[in-house]
Amino acid sequence: MAGKELPALPESANQPEADILLRMMADMRRALAKPASERRWVMVIDLSKCIGCHACTVSCIAENKLPPGVVYRPVIEQESGSYPHVSRSFMPRPCMQCDNPPCVPVCPVMATFKRPDGIVEINYEACIGCRYCIAACPYNARTFDFGEYYTKEMPGGVQPYEKAATFEYGKKRVRDHEASPIGNARKCHFCVHRLEEGMLPSCTSTCVGRATYFGDANDPESLVHELLGSPNLRTLKPEANTKPRVYYLV
Amino acid sequence: MKAARYLFGGLWVVAFVLGLVGVYQRLTNGHMLAGYGSYVVWGLWVAAYAYFVGLSAGSFLFAALVNVLDVKVLKPLTRAALWTSFVSIGVAMLAVLLDLGHMERAFRVFSSPNFSSMMTWMTWLYTAFGILLGLIAWFIYKKNDAMVKALLMVGIPIAIAFPGGGGALFATLSAKPYWHQPLYPVFFVVGALLSGGALMAALAAVIWPKRADVMKLMGRIVLGLITLDLILEWAEFSIPMWYGVNPEKDVMMQVLTGQYWWVFWIVHILIGCAVPIYLLLRKPSSPLYVGSAGVLAVTTFLAVRLNIVIPGQITPELEGLGKAFTDARLSFAYAPTTHEWLVMLFFVTVGLAGLWLGFRFLPLTHESKEVQRNERAA
Repeated sequence: MAGKELPALPESANQPEADILLRMMADMRRALAKPASERRWVMVIDLSKCIGCHACTVSCIAENKLPPGVVYRPVIEQESGSYPHVSRSFMPRPCMQCDNPPCVPVCPVMATFKRPDGIVEINYEACIGCRYCIAACPYNARTFDFGEYYTKEMPGGVQPYEKAATFEYGKKRVRDHEASPIGNARKCHFCVHRLEEGMLPSCTSTCVGRATYFGDANDPESLVHELLGSPNLRTLKPEANTKPRVYYLV
Repeated sequence: MKAARYLFGGLWVVAFVLGLVGVYQRLTNGHMLAGYGSYVVWGLWVAAYAYFVGLSAGSFLFAALVNVLDVKVLKPLTRAALWTSFVSIGVAMLAVLLDLGHMERAFRVFSSPNFSSMMTWMTWLYTAFGILLGLIAWFIYKKNDAMVKALLMVGIPIAIAFPGGGGALFATLSAKPYWHQPLYPVFFVVGALLSGGALMAALAAVIWPKRADVMKLMGRIVLGLITLDLILEWAEFSIPMWYGVNPEKDVMMQVLTGQYWWVFWIVHILIGCAVPIYLLLRKPSSPLYVGSAGVLAVTTFLAVRLNIVIPGQITPELEGLGKAFTDARLSFAYAPTTHEWLVMLFFVTVGLAGLWLGFRFLPLTHESKEVQRNERAA
């Protein structure tokens, strides 16, 4: 993938005052020019900026044509305090793409694995649907595709948009009958099919509060590298020793 | 007696037809009619798998130990126990196969195995065990007792390893605190011995009701195993709950006092343990009492398996996750659907048919006649 020809970004993308989306895209271009094993994709989510609009959840569903019961990035709402001193906070929960992923060693057929760029991938054509990986995830980040459709009960049956092709893991698939990914474990993959085309993950592009950052942590000039130096950086369940690649600014 | 036979036969046919309906639904609708989801991913069928694996290992260990330790009075049960073991492992594999999202890819566990996964180890062990049972059947047919005994000895570590590994399949998942305890493999082996022993007691009561010595010994074995199982269960529950501060306490309280409290207290403790203990102490040599105790202990053991598989999954890994996205599949509550019970009926009826066919057409009880003749002659 290194060195793939991508459309040029505006000149302003490389300026210090550039919009963060443009800056992150410029960061990505540099990362994509390197071999995959030298990239370290990470996501940083600033919880103080998340407004709980669920745009990321919805855009993820639209991007990956997710069926009922399959969700890659729910937003957990937390309430704290007691009246009149109350507050709400929101925590998006994508797959953590752990560096020590509990879901990978449990797969009996090696259908899920860590890619050289650190993303945990599921080979839909190899997955037997035993759901051991789903049980093993300490973040409940994997869901099972039962083969359901949102519009099945509608007059006229399943609407065409539910059977539109998806491009997860760079492969065109139409979800139909019992073909994969039906019957498989599914999860967030940082929109790897978009990354390889120089686009940010769908959740990052659509984040209304600009609370989600994405990039190559191995690049000292990248925005995420800058954010990873923050003292208020946290990971979920550090005691699980999973070494997540999703960080939260609290 | 004839009327009872017709009644059981009729009930079996009805149950089997209902089971076939369930299997047809499963094959045509995939998993859509099942009640499990993405948070409670394993339901009744996985509990059934664990149950039948236990039965298989327990029956085999019974046969092997009786022969290796030369317990003459129980030796006539050897072939019946081995056949039960074979049927049970078959039903267990059927249960796990129907639980897969892609059954047609099950062969991948052999063609591209991942030996860091407990599931791979289990599948390979079941296969080795199946081959071993085939070899034993061959040498029994060839009347080569020395080879049979040798293979039974070889089978002991395998038959300890696969229920133990079944426990480890759950226990190795650090994400699930309820399962993640070193006691589980031991617990599964004892559970296997108990369910297998109880089934053997029930079979012995039907096949040799007049053998008071067999009844008494089988009764004592079942009694001892129920006691051992209860002690382990006490450890399993009391240690995390003792000071009331462990996070597992909440799940345990769900088992003991939650919506399905009756599964633990009524089905398992009362019907599965207390009543059999009473029966076994009341008339230790009676085939009716020992047989009934065996039937109760073995049938209710499914409750133990359900209380392992389901509660381990009912706690959100992250607080608030259960309300983050509304969908029936994204729920931490689970109850088996009618469809799942229908398929369960299929497993049970196939198992019963397998047992019946064995006893009807295979020389499973011939050895006993020889032994009885020898005993009379002596």
